[in-house]
Amino acid sequence: MSTSTLAIKREPQPEAVATAASEPPPPPSKPKAQDPLWLLRAYKLFTAVGLGFVNPIIRLCRGENSRLQLQELWRLLGIPLLAIAVFLFAWSQLSARIQTSLGQIPGPMAVLHQAESLWADHKAERDKAAAFYERQVKRNADKLAKNPNAEIRAVKYTGKPTYIDQILTSLKTVFTGFLLATLVAVPLGILCGLSPIVNSALNLPIQIFKPVSPLAWLPLVTIIVSAVYVTSEPMFEKSFLISSITVTLCSLWPTLINTGVGVGSIDRDLLNVSRVLQLKWTTKLFKLVLPSSLPLIFTGMRLSLGVGWMVLIAAEMLAQNPGLGKFVWDEFQNGSSDSLARLMVAVLTIGIIGFLLDRVMHTLQSLLDFGARR
Amino acid sequence: MPNHSLKAALVALAVFAAGCVSAAELELEKEQLKLGFIKLTDMAPLAIAYEKGFFEDEGLYVTLEPQANWKVILDRVITGELDGAHMLAGQPLGATIGVGTKAEIVTSFSMDLNGNATTVSNEVWALMKPKLAVDAQGKPVHPIKADALKPAVDAFKAAGKPFRMAMVFPVSTHNYELRYWLAAGGLHPGFYSPSDVSGQIKADVFLSVTPPPQMPAALEAGTISGYCVGEPWNQQAIFKGVGVPVITDAEIWKNNPEKVFGVTRAWAEKHPNTHLALLKALIRAGMWLDANNGANRKEAAQILSRAEYVGADYRVIANSMTGTFEFGRGDKRSVPDFNVFFRYFATYPYYSDAVWYLTQMRRWGQIAEGQADQWYIDTAKKVYRTEPYLRAARMLIEEKKAKKEDFPFDTDGFRAPTKEFIDGIEYDGRKPNEYLQKLQIGLKQGQVVEGGNVVSKQGAT
Repeated sequence: MSTSTLAIKREPQPEAVATAASEPPPPPSKPKAQDPLWLLRAYKLFTAVGLGFVNPIIRLCRGENSRLQLQELWRLLGIPLLAIAVFLFAWSQLSARIQTSLGQIPGPMAVLHQAESLWADHKAERDKAAAFYERQVKRNADKLAKNPNAEIRAVKYTGKPTYIDQILTSLKTVFTGFLLATLVAVPLGILCGLSPIVNSALNLPIQIFKPVSPLAWLPLVTIIVSAVYVTSEPMFEKSFLISSITVTLCSLWPTLINTGVGVGSIDRDLLNVSRVLQLKWTTKLFKLVLPSSLPLIFTGMRLSLGVGWMVLIAAEMLAQNPGLGKFVWDEFQNGSSDSLARLMVAVLTIGIIGFLLDRVMHTLQSLLDFGARR
Repeated sequence: MPNHSLKAALVALAVFAAGCVSAAELELEKEQLKLGFIKLTDMAPLAIAYEKGFFEDEGLYVTLEPQANWKVILDRVITGELDGAHMLAGQPLGATIGVGTKAEIVTSFSMDLNGNATTVSNEVWALMKPKLAVDAQGKPVHPIKADALKPAVDAFKAAGKPFRMAMVFPVSTHNYELRYWLAAGGLHPGFYSPSDVSGQIKADVFLSVTPPPQMPAALEAGTISGYCVGEPWNQQAIFKGVGVPVITDAEIWKNNPEKVFGVTRAWAEKHPNTHLALLKALIRAGMWLDANNGANRKEAAQILSRAEYVGADYRVIANSMTGTFEFGRGDKRSVPDFNVFFRYFATYPYYSDAVWYLTQMRRWGQIAEGQADQWYIDTAKKVYRTEPYLRAARMLIEEKKAKKEDFPFDTDGFRAPTKEFIDGIEYDGRKPNEYLQKLQIGLKQGQVVEGGNVVSKQGAT
């Protein structure tokens, strides 16, 4: 209600914002002063999450300088959308001209169609699963009727994993690997940052292992896990462990190095103060070291998660472990007329998920940054 | 006394009851199983047993998982990640005697007969075609012998390029079929030796390993000039326009054994009843696939074309699964026995089939030293376990799901001697050494490959 009246009042003075800083009220010319704190925070949050284009929309709704806000909106939303439109157009035009042994390269519509069919497939598989469980309940009931002491085991659905299942498996695997990597890298990094001795001891191994490709780790990890992880009732699938550990080994390094740098670059004065005050090492760690190196630790973790996601797809492809990589490999092998479009769906999915993961980390990072500065 | 006899009667009754129960419903040691397969049409018995509920009828909850290549499948069965798998007939034998990875693998179920073909690239086909005899309609006369390939191999040699062909695994049926075909046409496919396992010693044609589904892509990329593989990857070459199938394995050796269902010996000993239940389900799947003159084959091709099984297009799979085979674009011929899943006692694990593969391993040097006839037969009996198969068959007959004449109960495990090879040389599974002596190219008794040459070892028996 009030926003609309404000908008009307303000319209005749488009240059207000430019002069706002120097001039004292009239109130409409100083819109920022009016923004409540929660709104400022919301703006910040939207920018952090990557939805920055929402801000000019809100500002427009609140009746702020419309030309400026429209310009902002165009930059944040219009240009990206236009670029995507151009990309889609070029794709649909070019794809029709390339003939592969599996037929034409599918255009955007064909890919969308395959995405829908994968979703339909997922739902159909869920129905099959329901039927499977019904049959199982019945069979178990029959078994119990015949022999009341029969041992009944609940069996999970044995059908194929759908596309959605593969995505979830991949996410679960990457987070497990990432978590392990963080648990190893942050303490080690702190040690490196605090002690020059540890630092020079670990520097060389880190430099050597950092550039190792996941494809080189994978066979080693596979063989070692198969030898070490021998149980009759495994809690995790071997393939899950192998993929996770490979992710860990490859995504460890950015966090480790950044943590080391972060801790190493703490203000000397602060450390001296802690020495003068004779702080306990735990206090020093939690009140001093961690808070001041947190931004860099998070930068490292964000890089690590990105690396982990890339590594995971390669690991799944090579090791044939369940997940998106396996889906890509299977479709490559199938070589059916749908395969190309499905491969493209997979590429887009991997990209979008990677983007979302990065966004989540970025958001956390900027929230923490914000908190640290305060 | 009366008490005593009553006890005896009760015991007898209990034993009888137990017998009945075990026939109707086995006491399963393990209900949840994961079985591996390679994306080939001859994995059909596994897909059919799953889709038609034969596994569930036996109380088995089976997950089927496609694998990248034969090496992965073997390793995963050995490590226990897979309970059992679709395997090449040579794999359990090779693993047991230690060609490649050593592990004790056994099989009680042969999955199919025939089902492979050899495809050459368009370039090679153009070099072969002018020399081929043609029939009244102008189509090449089959079977095409490997002599026809000679001009192409010579052309490659003259240009200083190696003539490369691919098969799917060093102990694969394809390797031995392709070698048999080449050698029968006077082309040397190369020896293996203990120090050089590339299998290219003295070769005219250089063979190497490529996983089945990647064959058409490798041919298209020009890495290889031809390959021997199972379906649908030969038909795929036609649909993609990258190559021309020239010969099926049934023309090289009629009704040759192809894939088996393999498990480790330890697994089979630990889960005897589960193994029986699996065999029952697989036998029923084989029967279904060959029932009523192949009436179910179209449905089978539909099932196999799903992305989780073979995943190629239906028309590509149906091309070979429904009694036909396309040689060259438009040259579709009737080949009713291209895939045999149950007829001719296809599912029974004959010792003679195992011995043939062992003779070929010896012929090409994978078995470095000559062996006595008895060794071949003993090895075959160690790996090919017929007893569980026959038990499963008897149970199916009792349950009225099969008939007695479906199974070779009176065989001693050796098929009758046959001359149905492309070169007409007779094979008798009881006399492997005599057979090896008859094959022109290949190691003979007493010969070994040393330092790239064949040498006779004095005093070897």
